[in-house]
Amino acid sequence: MSAVTTDAPNTTRPQAGPVVTAKGLTRHYEVGGGLFGKPKTVRALSELDFELTPGRTLAVVGESGCGKSTLARVVTLIEEPTRGDLSIDGTKATPDAWKSLRSKVQIVFQDPYGSLNPRQRIGQILMEPLLINRPQMPAAEREEKAREMLRLVGLRPEHFDRYPHMFSGGQRQRVAIGRALMLEPEVLVLDEPVSALDVSIQSSVLNLLIDLQERMQLAYLFISHDLSVVRHVADDVTVMYLGRAVETGPKDMIFDNPQHPYTKALLSATPRADPEAGKERIKLQGELPSPLAVPPGCAFAPRCWKAQDKCRAARPLLDGATQKSACFFPEGDGTASPEAPKS
Amino acid sequence: MSLLRLRNLSVEFATTGGRFRAVDKVDLDVDRGDVLAIVGESGSGKSVSMLALMGLLPWTAKVTADEMTFDGHDLSKLSARGRRRIVGKDMAMIFQEPMSSLNPCFTVGFQIRETLRIHLGMDRKAAQKRAVELFDLVGIPDPEQRLKAFPHQMSGGMNQRVMIAMAISCNPKLLIADEPTTALDVTIQAQILDLLVKLRDETGMGLVLITHDMGVVAETAQRVSVHYAGQKVEEQPVRPLFRAPHHPYTSALLAALPERATDKRLPTIPGVVPGQFDRPKGCLFSPRCKFADDHCRKVPPEPRGADLGLARCHYPLNTDERLAS
Repeated sequence: MSAVTTDAPNTTRPQAGPVVTAKGLTRHYEVGGGLFGKPKTVRALSELDFELTPGRTLAVVGESGCGKSTLARVVTLIEEPTRGDLSIDGTKATPDAWKSLRSKVQIVFQDPYGSLNPRQRIGQILMEPLLINRPQMPAAEREEKAREMLRLVGLRPEHFDRYPHMFSGGQRQRVAIGRALMLEPEVLVLDEPVSALDVSIQSSVLNLLIDLQERMQLAYLFISHDLSVVRHVADDVTVMYLGRAVETGPKDMIFDNPQHPYTKALLSATPRADPEAGKERIKLQGELPSPLAVPPGCAFAPRCWKAQDKCRAARPLLDGATQKSACFFPEGDGTASPEAPKS
Repeated sequence: MSLLRLRNLSVEFATTGGRFRAVDKVDLDVDRGDVLAIVGESGSGKSVSMLALMGLLPWTAKVTADEMTFDGHDLSKLSARGRRRIVGKDMAMIFQEPMSSLNPCFTVGFQIRETLRIHLGMDRKAAQKRAVELFDLVGIPDPEQRLKAFPHQMSGGMNQRVMIAMAISCNPKLLIADEPTTALDVTIQAQILDLLVKLRDETGMGLVLITHDMGVVAETAQRVSVHYAGQKVEEQPVRPLFRAPHHPYTSALLAALPERATDKRLPTIPGVVPGQFDRPKGCLFSPRCKFADDHCRKVPPEPRGADLGLARCHYPLNTDERLAS
């Protein structure tokens, strides 16, 4: 099914440096309040550092409420960060620069049924980004580019005049990916791109994403809760808990030798499709606290089996060389992060 | 005698485009203490077959079966009233989305006590006491307070626990869980699955787990029934199924899992599940099967013997495995 051809519309730039750099990225929301009440702060995303490099995939994993989707909204310039710096291609992403930067960052949403306009034909859906962002482009050229994209994402030319309801979930997700690539972005934010799809369809969409990345040297920000998918596609992984990164590093290190207890619990809770594998499941008690009332100290402490007084009092910082984890008493062989007495 | 016995169950829907067969000649057996997983992609009829069993399908559906017995009752002959006495009591179901399955207008306490009052005839006091017990059992902290909460005041995981508490409130003999953890996070999913298995161990109920997650199947089920386009294509105990699938569909499904990948490119199954208008004449999987030949495209295969996992296939895979074991 991967009918990806050699001539990509994007001429790849030979560049090794990061295309997106985020430092201390924070997004808080003020909610409630009313006339007399004091507004509360939802700490959706706090002090996140990361880099996206062309041709590489950074996966962000975590449970619902950990700030994954807020991160997607901030990186795609839908929302302004409360604090922290985000720069795309060397330009600081402040709201006055948004307009020029937006075509560099595109997003693919989780639900391919909700994210395509049912009243537009596939061709129109693909051409719309050009119509809005490159209004001076002649119509013939626009159509040519859209047909080219159709081929690139593995759909057939006759699909150009069809409506979204005539497609399966996997094909719709291909259209959504195609639409995101129309403006030749450098960064693609994939917000749970395959979690609404069946296993057999999921694998072909993942293959398409891998093909496109190799061909166009795209930087992916892959947001997912499915660790088996993440393990397959990611180069680097950031594990988030309540808006903060608790562990980050190269994929193999995270999966083979998790340092943070939460990472370890998350890995052990993920069911493995192998009935003969011995299962040693770490059972976490309780649920994610509300981001309205993040516990002082380590946010994971109330659910952690090795939490001590220190954990409840002070918040551990991300520490380590390549694999960083935010824990006073890290797991594993302890090579990556010795006990870090920071507050 | 098994607790639940289905023979030749078919469900047809009257649609504007004619009859659509959502479930096609399915046989199933569930015993007490059994954990049967039904796996399949969307559109494989796994939920519809269980809804048919519960009598929860709309009037457009036509359910036919040679045999449909549950705990000695013939479900096909039962009146609506008689069925209501069984459904929710001896045979209970947990649905995929706890948020939309609970009534938003009533507290969860009211909803669970309602079940107890109607099925077991408890008075208010006894129902309240039992509700607290049940909430304790499913691991909801501070049960008295939580009983007063409305569904929107609780998280998805908590609501799913409420659903489970409600489903097991009358000590069912059979619990059908339709994608019970799909809407939940993995750490919560692990808690809920452990809870279901623990309840099965304690009460000896039969458990039917409908899911599409092979990981959940591998860790929870004893037997697995694989469905495709309305048919049961294979059934095996869980270990042999993962080790040596006999139907090419099962094999392809397992191969497509990212965690089984050996290469950066995942193996895929081309095409999509056949719909109402493109149902193949022969084997339903033949258009997507890499082993299919003309025989497959013309003649629909019948289920093979139990040693071949009842595979509906002319050319079952891993046949040497049978000789070896």
